[in-house]
Amino acid sequence: MSKVIEGIKYADSHEWVKVEGNVGIIGISDYAQHSLGDIVYVDLPSEGDEISKGEEFGAVESVKAASDLYSPVSGTIIEINSELEASPELINQDAYENWIIKVELADPSEVDALLDAAAYEKICE
Amino acid sequence: MKYYDKLIFEISREGRVGYSLPKSEWEGLTSSLSEEASGIAKNLLRETPAELPEVSELDVVRHYTNVSNKNFGVETGFYPLGSCTMKYNPKINEEIAHHPAFCGLHPLQSEESVQGALAIYYHTARVLSELTGLADFTLTPFAGAHGELTGLMVMRQYHLLRGDTKRTRVIVPDSAHGTNPASAAVCGLEIVEVKSTANGTVDTNDLKGLLDDTVAGIMMTNPNTLGIYETQVVEIAHLVHEAGGLLYYDGANLNPMLGASRPGDMGFDIMHINLHKTFSTPHGGGGPGSGPVGVAAHLVDCLPNPRVVFVDGKYKVKSGKMKVESNHSGGICQFGNSCGRVAAFMGNFGVVMKAYTYILSLGKDIKHVGPIATLNANYVKESLRDAYYLPVDTVCKHEFVFDGLADKSTGVTTLDIAKRLLDYGYHAPTIYFPLLFHQSIMIEPTETESKETLDDFIDIMHRVAEEALADPDMVKTAPHTTPVRRLDETTAAKNPLIKYRDLC
Repeated sequence: MSKVIEGIKYADSHEWVKVEGNVGIIGISDYAQHSLGDIVYVDLPSEGDEISKGEEFGAVESVKAASDLYSPVSGTIIEINSELEASPELINQDAYENWIIKVELADPSEVDALLDAAAYEKICE
Repeated sequence: MKYYDKLIFEISREGRVGYSLPKSEWEGLTSSLSEEASGIAKNLLRETPAELPEVSELDVVRHYTNVSNKNFGVETGFYPLGSCTMKYNPKINEEIAHHPAFCGLHPLQSEESVQGALAIYYHTARVLSELTGLADFTLTPFAGAHGELTGLMVMRQYHLLRGDTKRTRVIVPDSAHGTNPASAAVCGLEIVEVKSTANGTVDTNDLKGLLDDTVAGIMMTNPNTLGIYETQVVEIAHLVHEAGGLLYYDGANLNPMLGASRPGDMGFDIMHINLHKTFSTPHGGGGPGSGPVGVAAHLVDCLPNPRVVFVDGKYKVKSGKMKVESNHSGGICQFGNSCGRVAAFMGNFGVVMKAYTYILSLGKDIKHVGPIATLNANYVKESLRDAYYLPVDTVCKHEFVFDGLADKSTGVTTLDIAKRLLDYGYHAPTIYFPLLFHQSIMIEPTETESKETLDDFIDIMHRVAEEALADPDMVKTAPHTTPVRRLDETTAAKNPLIKYRDLC
């Protein structure tokens, strides 16, 4: 079954966020990569873009479907994982190791409202 | 099947010909002619001979026969591709459309010399109006997605003509065909998603929360992409109309409605029809299609030009800002209010001819099309539900969706099942659509298949389900009998080889 990791937060739209200081590191869950199948393209935003919670910031395309990515937090994108441009399949290999964007958090309290590992595991059942 | 993968250029041998012609009296003369005498500028003349294949007549015949044997189509086997209505296309359609009186026409001929063709155009629009309950049709859009764009242009034009510029949002169900939001985006409109209920139909409570004075309309297909009839459609029409929006009907799923129910009566204002699906013209592999757009009476003026009208006993092609007295509806057409032109000339006339032939050859029996398509789909669904998981358990229309195998314990996925079906000589169903489920298999048998064909397919689907448990590795590596085995889809999507030379 799909893997979840303790200590990070999850959105019900299957993104995860790991907080380091005032930066949120965002990726998609193992359940999401598994459901999508082989990922062939990641549509990344630009560094410096402002995003708000729930807003679409990119898309992941697999051989099955294209799915929008929704930001679990608000803030400014300070880094994108440009390795995914050439190697989108990294997400299939390890969805938690291969993050997609880093966001400077505008409101760190938003993270608290997200799901923990146990609650997220439940919605994936 | 004999394996054959040559290009005609590969079997070419220098000097080999498939013809015998007398020696040309002009040989050597044309290239020495002056620019003035030949009428062709020197810099446009070819310096080296064209690289054409040099083959005998037998080479050509064998080559194309072998290549055509690699095709799969409705004429080679069962093709249950959901949402595509792969029904048999009767040969009489081709015979009529290929009559020299029609296929020899030129689009720039004068109106007087093409009265017959214009009559067919006009009467096809009339009969489509009758079958769908809408006031009038344009036949110019080239295919379904083009029809959607045209229909949305009509929707936007209607709002703009009333000076209502705020309506820029289009509501699309989360189960919709992907073309719906894509067409709305191309038309410059914003897409808002409305959720489905647990039984797969539009959630009217969610819809109510989305309706306001910025909504241009809603795009729906009925039955929806799960093959389920939207029983709330009259209420939905009422809600959307009350909010000032229009209802668009995606005609991709019109087949089960033929003879049973009409989009116009359900409350839809605009729709497109895929003539190549519902009205039996060949499609797949690139068409050609045809996507006529029909509208209710209050939108007729917004239809694209040119349009065929019947005035004083003659068929005329009208476009631009011309105003003419009457056509069938007896009113005045305000051609200046049109949403514009969407196609060169009159669209795919040959496809219209075939569809018109189909409609006339069925005659009153057309009312059996929808019910038999519905019966066939339910027969296959009920026969397979023991082996495949049926997420929405209700009577379906022309198609239905399984969410993978009932027993998924061996890890065999929908993709594996689709690949395994190829080994048994079936075209795979539509897979991984709609997106509501992770392992969607969408099956549409159509009305033209016999019970024996359906029974054979049901047997094979059962056998594949058994194989998935008994020998999962074999199913996961299928197909095993096709000219090429399982393809690396990731690499194919990321680094496609699109030139033959790259393969060598």
